[in-house]
Amino acid sequence: MRHGKYPLIVTFLVPPVLLYVIFVVSPYLQAFQISTTDWLGYSPDANSVGLANFKTLWNDDYVWNALKNNAILLALVPVLTILLGLFFAAMLNMGGRKGRAGVSGVRGSSFYRTVYFFPQVLSVVIIALLWKEVYHPNKGLLTSALNSVGLAAPTWLGDPRTAFWCVLAVMIWSNVGFYVVLFGAAMSAIPKEIYEAVMLDGASRLATLWKVTIPLLWDTVQVAWVYLAIFALDGFILVQLMTNGGPNFSTDVIGVRMYDTAFGSETKFGYASAIGVVMFFLTLTVAVLALRASKRDRIEYS
Amino acid sequence: MTTLDKPAPLALPAEPAGPADRPVRRELGVANVLSHGFLLFWGALTVLPLLWMFISSFKSNAEILADPWALPGALRFDNWARAWSGAHIGQYFLNSLVVVAGSVTLTMLMGATAAYVFARYEFRGKQVVYYLFVGGLMFPVFLALVPLFFVVRNAGLFGTWTGLILVYAAYSLPFTVFFLTAFFRTLPTAVAEAALVDGCGHFRLFFQVMLPMARPGLISVAIFNFLSHWNQFLLPQVLMQGDESKWVLAQGLAALSVNQGYAGDYAQLFAGLTIAVVPVLLVYILFQRQVQSGLTAGQLK
Repeated sequence: MRHGKYPLIVTFLVPPVLLYVIFVVSPYLQAFQISTTDWLGYSPDANSVGLANFKTLWNDDYVWNALKNNAILLALVPVLTILLGLFFAAMLNMGGRKGRAGVSGVRGSSFYRTVYFFPQVLSVVIIALLWKEVYHPNKGLLTSALNSVGLAAPTWLGDPRTAFWCVLAVMIWSNVGFYVVLFGAAMSAIPKEIYEAVMLDGASRLATLWKVTIPLLWDTVQVAWVYLAIFALDGFILVQLMTNGGPNFSTDVIGVRMYDTAFGSETKFGYASAIGVVMFFLTLTVAVLALRASKRDRIEYS
Repeated sequence: MTTLDKPAPLALPAEPAGPADRPVRRELGVANVLSHGFLLFWGALTVLPLLWMFISSFKSNAEILADPWALPGALRFDNWARAWSGAHIGQYFLNSLVVVAGSVTLTMLMGATAAYVFARYEFRGKQVVYYLFVGGLMFPVFLALVPLFFVVRNAGLFGTWTGLILVYAAYSLPFTVFFLTAFFRTLPTAVAEAALVDGCGHFRLFFQVMLPMARPGLISVAIFNFLSHWNQFLLPQVLMQGDESKWVLAQGLAALSVNQGYAGDYAQLFAGLTIAVVPVLLVYILFQRQVQSGLTAGQLK
């Protein structure tokens, strides 16, 4: 019955595979090879130097500094974003007064959800440029707000002590809304009967959230964790546009380091590819660890 | 004849219960005020920067410097005009439209055809090819950046929209194929078999039967791809250097921000940002259910 399927398979599969192999697979493979050369870019000479790039990397203080910043982001951004996301999602979905039907959302919850999602549809470039203005030490929103109540404001992105935290805050600001919607969708998929049973047993709302909702949401939280961890290892656009790694490398991240090494004032393509390889293994490790650390038994509603 | 068990990964929270059953008890009053307080606070935090940007786009530079919180003295649309033509934001906007229209179309075409084959046909080596695609989800773009630059340049596509379109599409394939394969698998097989028995060819089956049935999934992925292509910055930054007339919107805005540092024309920057934000927000508000589910569906799978 299925005769004549091969023309379709070939026409449907060959163009995507070609496109994918040329622009995705081959660059990835080449990257590993380039990372073992001393290639400086626009000339074709590249000598194989074995693992020398990785040795240099190991002793490169700038790379370590950037990695340290990524590590802080990795420790804070997922946790804070998920907590805020769960908190607001719980408010919106079950913060309302207990009616007879079980748990309901607060009034206006769909309005809040719409607004919270705004940052998700804006491009990261716009978010970066807008917040750069918000943080502006003279004409920015924050400084003049603090000044008007008689407080001295820091120079935000201009000060190595505050710049990093300012960038971190924007990362959380831009992500929370998405996870409110994501967790909210998962929460509304929890059968109402479960809540009715819990209510009959006289559980408080906090206990319900902590002991029932969050465990049932764990799959979604785990996915969020992996995505946010990968996000925290990147952060390139925000950092490049808001501070370009400065002041004094206080906001540098590994993506900016790699970009500058490859396409900045110098074009050390071999070395940059080595940084790329390190990023790859870091991303892989973090994804696997995040998946394993949060592993629990799957719960399925019958 | 068949029950179309429609896949429903896109379930969104139901509307809150209406005010009909207004409870008399007030025991939770304090908690409600508090929770509304938090919700309002985050709402304000989200809206305020955007509102400020919008209002500032009408102010003069002197007004912006004098008091960031003040309202504009007049609606100065010339800021918008300066951004639109002076800073070429209009041109970049159109460029982005052209590139994204091309890249989303190409992604959907290639992604849907490949996913359909993976979901519905058996052939040797299928698993290998499928995992080749899906494996791409694990790799950071940064790793490919340097070689990609040369691949695109050697193909004569450096600094061209065609190059951008092909690269965007290629890097969107892993997610698109992964998502759509899962989606095609959920569609009932009986319809396809009935069509084949009735003498429908394999190609016609795909275009006239399977694609229309897969519509909800296609829309979700298309929205997801549209936003991620529209917001792309790293790839054009690397692959579209030089010729400014071909830049995409993200590049134009970044350049506008840098220039503003020298020229001190803050109003122009705010106007440029507003021009970029308003259409996207409007589209989002009109189609928010589809957009929210399109963006979250990928993660709920």
